[in-house]
Amino acid sequence: MDDRFKRFGTISFTATTKTNDFISHLEAGEVTGTRCRVCGKVYFPPRADCFACLSSDMEWFPVSGKGRLVTYSTLRYAPVGFEKDVPYTIAVVDFGHFKVFGRLAKEIPEEKVSVGMELKVKVNELPNGQLNYVFSIPD
Amino acid sequence: MGRVAIIGVGQSTFVRNYPGGIRELAFEGFKEAMVDAGIKSSDISASVVCSAPEYDKQRSPAGVIAEYLGLNPQPTFYVESLCSSSSMGLRVAYALVESGLHDVVAVIGFQKMSEITSAESQERMGRGADIQWESPFGTMMPAYYAMYARAHMAKYGTTPEDLALIRVKASTYGQINEKAVYRKAVTLDMFSDLSNPMSAPVASPLRVGDCCANADGSSCVIVANEEKAKLFSKKPVWILGLGSATAPVNMAGRDLFTGLAVARAAAEQAYRMAGIQPSQVDVAEVHDCFTIAEMMAYEDLGFARPGEGKELIRSKETYKEGRIPVNVDGGLLSKGHPIGATGGSQIRTIVLQLRGEAGPMQVKDPTIGLVHNIGGVGLYGNVTILGRE
Repeated sequence: MDDRFKRFGTISFTATTKTNDFISHLEAGEVTGTRCRVCGKVYFPPRADCFACLSSDMEWFPVSGKGRLVTYSTLRYAPVGFEKDVPYTIAVVDFGHFKVFGRLAKEIPEEKVSVGMELKVKVNELPNGQLNYVFSIPD
Repeated sequence: MGRVAIIGVGQSTFVRNYPGGIRELAFEGFKEAMVDAGIKSSDISASVVCSAPEYDKQRSPAGVIAEYLGLNPQPTFYVESLCSSSSMGLRVAYALVESGLHDVVAVIGFQKMSEITSAESQERMGRGADIQWESPFGTMMPAYYAMYARAHMAKYGTTPEDLALIRVKASTYGQINEKAVYRKAVTLDMFSDLSNPMSAPVASPLRVGDCCANADGSSCVIVANEEKAKLFSKKPVWILGLGSATAPVNMAGRDLFTGLAVARAAAEQAYRMAGIQPSQVDVAEVHDCFTIAEMMAYEDLGFARPGEGKELIRSKETYKEGRIPVNVDGGLLSKGHPIGATGGSQIRTIVLQLRGEAGPMQVKDPTIGLVHNIGGVGLYGNVTILGRE
């Protein structure tokens, strides 16, 4: 059983999905979305199937470059299983053709965070060995 | 097509830790609605049972509840759309009646949230979002709505104090609603006093006082065709408009963060079906699971232009005596939010208002009322417009 997806995030609620290669890409240091080879529609989060043309012929692409922070929130209280992560900041970043939901990198001071700021995405290994991705300030 | 009426409404008192089972809880709202309608169980030809099932130990609650309420052998089934389940149930009941398949339908909403802890409840509600791509980051309802609050503040200059004003209004009416779970006053001072629990941060910029009260509760709305409505009811309230919409579950799939696209779409449908403008609404119940949700509802429903919702609350126009009274029963913030029961409770409030039976919460002589009921973080949206003769 291909259950690579159980490695995603502090706690993964999913083990099997046709987008399991996403985890292998994280392990290789890359955050990826999918693009439909038939109609060109771009998806993040990645999908195995295209609702626009009903094709399942998808290719992977890396999420690269700079995006802009659409909105964010810093959690002081967490759901069960995430208590050790508090405080952490969840955010939506707009990369133009698609948006990405994730966490802000811990090293960004809260007072430096503002809607509209430029951010990039990078792979992050969590203390428990799990993988996710975070938004950080571009070089 | 004939008209469809609401001929009976009821709800339990919303409480912490209901001392009974789900069938007994459902009975409380049902009994009040049946007494209100003045009908017998045999007059009901079908029931629609609405809740969010992850709080229950009972598998398929509809059958168990229908039996307990004396609704065998009539058909019953379950409708779920998170926190908007019983508004969705009303939509289904409308279709059942309007189609001629049934003449009188009971919409029964319930939720017994207290069987699990608050943290577990947050975790389950977080799983109302995208469990594959979002929940692994540690998401929960307050944080999602907090992202909307942050975007609204950044674009329109809305302040945390504006949001606190909405909580203060809710508590004004929660104190006089004997069905409310939270009967105490909330003041602006509590939000500025950092030692007060109301001011404690939950998910910035939302604080404890910005969040609704979990509760156990039930509601019931009895829907009838025009013939039965005239037979049973002296004061039928008519369903004038229904709107319903969905949006991408994942925040990454959304374009709007300063309002709820589902509410705008559902409102437009409901206004068009009812043939009215937002300015014709005399009293409204909106889904204030968080203070920001009420602020966005003012704008999404057309009571204020985008970004100007704050002016409504600052000038107290959404108080009972104002231009457009909103949530004058305490709302989800103070009355409480037992997920599956909430929509039916909102509908009950508007029906009582339109009949002039809302007691100390009564608005002056309303003829048209509106219910805005949202499931998830703007995942499902229902808007219902009701009117009297």
